[in-house]
Amino acid sequence: MVTFQFVPYHDIDKLSSVKRINKLLNIVKEDKIVLMEGRLKKEEEADLIEITMEEINSKFKGIELSVVYPDKKKQDVMNKIKGVMTNILLGNRQGMTIIGPANIVKRIEQNPDKIELFTKEINNSNNNNQKQNNSKRSNSKKKKRKK
Amino acid sequence: MVKKFLMNLFKKLNFNPFSRKSHVKLGLYGPPNGGKSTLANRVCEDWLGESMSSVSHVAHETREIKIKEQVSIKNKKGKELTFSLVDTPGIATKIDYEDFLKRGIKKVEAKKRAKEATKGVIDSIKWLDDMDCVVVVLDSTKDPYSQVNITIIGNLQARKIPVLIAANKIDLKKSNIDVIKAAFPQYPIVGISAKYGKNVEDFYEDLFKLAK
Repeated sequence: MVTFQFVPYHDIDKLSSVKRINKLLNIVKEDKIVLMEGRLKKEEEADLIEITMEEINSKFKGIELSVVYPDKKKQDVMNKIKGVMTNILLGNRQGMTIIGPANIVKRIEQNPDKIELFTKEINNSNNNNQKQNNSKRSNSKKKKRKK
Repeated sequence: MVKKFLMNLFKKLNFNPFSRKSHVKLGLYGPPNGGKSTLANRVCEDWLGESMSSVSHVAHETREIKIKEQVSIKNKKGKELTFSLVDTPGIATKIDYEDFLKRGIKKVEAKKRAKEATKGVIDSIKWLDDMDCVVVVLDSTKDPYSQVNITIIGNLQARKIPVLIAANKIDLKKSNIDVIKAAFPQYPIVGISAKYGKNVEDFYEDLFKLAK
C-alpha cells in the first residue's frame, strides 16, 4: 500500500526554509509520498537535496522529487495576471510538489503535460510496480502493471 | 580628473568596473553520468595536453570537486579565454549503495562510495555560489525533464549565473537534442560528443559567449 499525504500551503507558509524542508522530509521518512500545494523556492529545492544527502543512511536512500507547474506560455494574459496576484497575496500556491521516498518511488517521469509516478511495493516478492498517471489537465488515473 | 578620482577610489576599494574579470571560474554541473568529467578531460587534453578526472560507466565516479587552474583556450579569431575549470560531482536526490553492488563493486567499497557520493552532492550545491559561469552537461539520450536538471538550472538562474547547456553523447543513436531544446528554450544549447570530440569547436565558441 502506498500512502499519500497532502500538505496544504498554509501548513508551511509561515515556516522558515529549514523547518519547511524538515517537515516535508520527516513525512517522507515515514514512507509517505508528499503532495504539497505550491512549490518550494529554487534555493529551497537545492537545500532539500542537500539536507536529503546529509540524512541518507542504510534505511533512508533519498527522495524522488517532481514539481508540476502551470506552463506560463500556455496561459492567456488574464490567467498570468491572476497567477501573479495570487502569488503576491497568498504566496506561491500554484502547482504541486511531489516528494517520495526513494525506497518506494522508483522514478517520476515528467514532461510538460503529465507526470508519471512509478512506485515499487516494498512487501511484495513479485516486485509489482504501480504506475500512477497524473494529468495536469484533467483526472488522474492509476494503472497497475507487473514486471 | 573625475575619472582619476573614481579610479583611486575603486583601487582603494579593490574594485575596478573598467577592467574585465581576469579570473573566471567555469563550473561543469549536471546529473551523474552526463559526461562532465569526460568533457573536463576533453577540454584539458585539447588545451593543456593532459587529462583531469577519471571517468567510469558507474555513476558517481567523481565524488569530490576537481579544479584545473589557468586553462586557456583560443577561438578562431585568435581571442584567448582563461578560466579555472571546476569539475563537480553529479547532483542526485537519491544514492543507494546497492546500485553500486549491481555494478560489481564489493559491499564495503560500495558503502564507502555511496557515503562519498552524498558528500560530493552537498559540495556541488555549496560551490554553486562560487561559479562565474556554468556548463550544464546533460546526457542527450535521456529525458531532460528531471527535477534535478530543473533545480540545477533554476538555481543558476536565481543566482544570475550565465548558463550553457551541453547536450552530450550526440554520437549515440538515441541522442535527441530537440527534446533538450524544448525543455530549456531560454538557454543556449550545444550538442557535443565529449568522448569523441564531435562538435567541440562550437562548444569552445559558445564558451567565449558565455564568459563575456
